[in-house]
Amino acid sequence: MNRIENVFNKLQRENRKALIPYVCCGYPSLEFTEKLVLKLADCGADLIELGVPYSDPVADGPTIQRAAVKALEEGVTLEQIFSMASRLREKTEIPLIVMTYFNTVYVKGIEQFIKMAATSGIDGLIIPDLPLEEADELKTTADKYGVDLILLIAPTSTVERIKKIGEASRGFLYCISVTGVTGARINVLTNLGEFLNNVRQETRLPLAVGFGISNPETARLAACEADGIIVGSALIEKIEESMAQEKSTDKAIEAASHFTSSLRAAITVN
Amino acid sequence: MINNGGFFGEFGGKFVPEQLVAPLSELEENFYRFIEDEEFLEELSFYLKQYVGRSNPLYFAERLTKMMGGAKIYLKREDLNHTGAHKINNALGQILLAKKMGKKRIIAETGAGQHGVATATACALFGLDCTIYMGEIDTKRQELNVFRMELLGAKVVSVKSGTRTLKDAVDEALNDYMINYKDTFYLLGSAVGPHPYPTMVREFQSIIGREAKEQILEVEGRLPDYLVACVGGGSNAIGLFHPFYEDKTVKIIGVEPAGKGLDTDEHAASITKGTVGIIHGFKCYTLQDENNEPLPVHSIAAGLDYPGVGPEHSYYSQSGRAQYAAITDEEALDAFMILSKTEGIIPAIESSHGVAYAMKLAKELEQDQIIIVNLSGRGDKDVAQVKEMLKNK
Repeated sequence: MNRIENVFNKLQRENRKALIPYVCCGYPSLEFTEKLVLKLADCGADLIELGVPYSDPVADGPTIQRAAVKALEEGVTLEQIFSMASRLREKTEIPLIVMTYFNTVYVKGIEQFIKMAATSGIDGLIIPDLPLEEADELKTTADKYGVDLILLIAPTSTVERIKKIGEASRGFLYCISVTGVTGARINVLTNLGEFLNNVRQETRLPLAVGFGISNPETARLAACEADGIIVGSALIEKIEESMAQEKSTDKAIEAASHFTSSLRAAITVN
Repeated sequence: MINNGGFFGEFGGKFVPEQLVAPLSELEENFYRFIEDEEFLEELSFYLKQYVGRSNPLYFAERLTKMMGGAKIYLKREDLNHTGAHKINNALGQILLAKKMGKKRIIAETGAGQHGVATATACALFGLDCTIYMGEIDTKRQELNVFRMELLGAKVVSVKSGTRTLKDAVDEALNDYMINYKDTFYLLGSAVGPHPYPTMVREFQSIIGREAKEQILEVEGRLPDYLVACVGGGSNAIGLFHPFYEDKTVKIIGVEPAGKGLDTDEHAASITKGTVGIIHGFKCYTLQDENNEPLPVHSIAAGLDYPGVGPEHSYYSQSGRAQYAAITDEEALDAFMILSKTEGIIPAIESSHGVAYAMKLAKELEQDQIIIVNLSGRGDKDVAQVKEMLKNK
């Protein structure tokens, strides 16, 4: 029934790794984001992370911050993002995961937010500033509406926490590959294997790695160890570059698709 | 201690990315250990006495009192501390804690530069490496403070991301902390942020209220009727208020910046006009728009210019233990002038908000009643700005 679980089961049977692009909703426009998601689904993405722009994103680096500022200037709202998700859901079965900061959920009202997400065809929720200790109410509500609350772990998480987070998380576990904020980095994957092995001792959930995967080579290395990879800043940079040079949204979608295909190819070879 | 996992009622907490959980746990553990450690507390009081110059006076403002014709106004003279404000109390406390924890490097954020200067000062005192994050726009507005920090040996990093102001400086400092926490200590300047910061800052600032209580009992033989202090993030105010929390006969009033008026968009009165939300890792009253985005805020006082407020103040307000009023830029400016002329004390424009409220309040009270105002800092830093404003008036 659950799309996220289905996708990971299917990937596991086919011995493939999940490719999870992050898009910043409303950058450079919501219309663009809608087209982009459909295009990415066609060129190798297995799940999509829909980022809700926020002006004070404590877990995000400069690239995503830049995109969020522009999206907010465009005037994108949560209601518009959920409407877009509903439209996407009519056209594709790809799992859609909303990534948002907790203030947005809290102010909307936890139950109201989850209800809106569920009726818009959202499958999962990532809230990077909601640690396990504060997640009880949200988790209960998400379970009630069948939305997966995907929790995060960091290289600094203790074994005890990894165990608890692994028990509480649904869908998969978001493994932060580095300390620090999101953003494309060159060398980030030192000790990733060891980190993920430790995590696997404590949970049977699929492990997706994010933060700092910048190109096909880092994607390939990460995919050797993980069940899936999440790519955000690097994808946004491709869109930024293309928009700056070609000034055409179609070309930017093309550039993003091309990059996504190259990631797909890189993680499929092994 | 009213504190349950970093919560004051529903406010506070620790809404942070997983990468910050380990650093904050380490900090929490050490803070609770050393705040009860006699050697640590002795060292802290040594430096507060010998370096900061504590205790500072609780001064009876006789001419101001006469002018108002009502209650007696006492000023707690935090402006007489080394570096000219209450900020140093907390900076010293946290630096000593950092030393105990074996940290070699101190980082901090600063908006107007006051907390940056206090941090750089304490780092110079102990020979610690110091990096201050400051929004690019703020570095230009506060060039002299940048130079002061550099004089004191700090490295000032101009933050060019986002809105290039305090908020972005906080993000940049947090990122540094996440990456480098093994040898780095993040010295937060106000009673805000994720647990344990609000509690820790309150503990290091409570020296203000403890001294004031002892001093008023000595002079007047009784507790005051009112405590008044300005509230931005709220560290000077919580420092004065907290030691009187259980003394229910003492009425507590926090004064928020009403800027150009509470019915305009240009104020920073988070409790008076805000709603509950999450900002910088904790739950409090915040000023946000209908899309939950933090609103741009305004106050004549850079030190009060913040879209949130400490969680403990949020709780004092909700529970009714304290009242929160607001004073406009113009009222603060008048109080700045009046205190300068009647007492020969030039107050910080932040502290002038508290003075302005106390002046109004005193008139309504009897002559045998007592108000203590926290004069949290001196106004030398504001003289140029005030001159400019008077010219344009």
